[in-house]
Amino acid sequence: MIQKNHLHHVVEFIVGLLFGLGLMLSGMTDPSKVIGFLDLFGTWDPSLALVMGGAIMVGVFAFTVAKKRTTTFLGGVLRFPTNMDIDKKLVIGSLMFGAGWGLAGFCPGPALVSMADGQPKALVFVLAMLVGMLGFELMDRFIHAPRKAKLNPV
Amino acid sequence: MNIDWAHFTPFASLTGGVILGIASAIFILVNGRILGISGILGGLMPPKLGDTFWRISFLLGLLVAPTVFHAVVPAQYITAPRIDATDMMVVIAGLLVGIGTRYASGCTSGHGVCGLSRLSPRSLVATLSFMGAGFAMVYVMRHLAII
Repeated sequence: MIQKNHLHHVVEFIVGLLFGLGLMLSGMTDPSKVIGFLDLFGTWDPSLALVMGGAIMVGVFAFTVAKKRTTTFLGGVLRFPTNMDIDKKLVIGSLMFGAGWGLAGFCPGPALVSMADGQPKALVFVLAMLVGMLGFELMDRFIHAPRKAKLNPV
Repeated sequence: MNIDWAHFTPFASLTGGVILGIASAIFILVNGRILGISGILGGLMPPKLGDTFWRISFLLGLLVAPTVFHAVVPAQYITAPRIDATDMMVVIAGLLVGIGTRYASGCTSGHGVCGLSRLSPRSLVATLSFMGAGFAMVYVMRHLAII
């Protein structure tokens, strides 16, 4: 059991490394390239579409295999997302994320990698992003949760 | 529409994308988890007992990637990133991305790559929403010159 846990941690590290390398090779750690893709009405750089296309091509295959299985290759739990709701939270959150993405050209993964690559602005972005994530967590805990409890008393 | 042929990198971007797909594939098939950066990072804010170490080991891998990349790829093939946004814009962008991705439970990796690969309608709505907002934001910045 302990050994399987160790193996999981090795896999996590390798997957993180692989993902970071993929981001760098794809050019997505360069905000000017991301904004070049989002600038549909200027001179358009389609690179990001190929990044998504390449990733999804492999992903569709992997998730088709995963959906047919009841456990992972190591016999562990397959944690698929259970939330299927298409609600205000999903849309408003995604719109906020997209606005921030367009504003600076960073999404979470490339920002972390760029920060580790020694880009000072990426560090500023990551710190602000962490503040935002913590802010959401506090809001959720102290505003949303009590309100929900009031609406649905146990 | 004008294609920016000077900056278009079809081969590197497609190969990079395939690597992102392979990483996501290994994560679900071997560890049983969805590879979503905002979720993995956000779950540490604050850290919870018994749900922290796997996040840290993934993030460590992600953070050593630039060192490995520079060791493997000759310098003349690496173009330095260009960040046009001012510090103020970067701070606002970071806050929006932090709150937004947690509110929507996912970002480009979790909803965009894994969600679309799973053919999840929820992730499709998320992806269309953040792409749409991204297009709109850049249109406003570049072509209306408000910001």
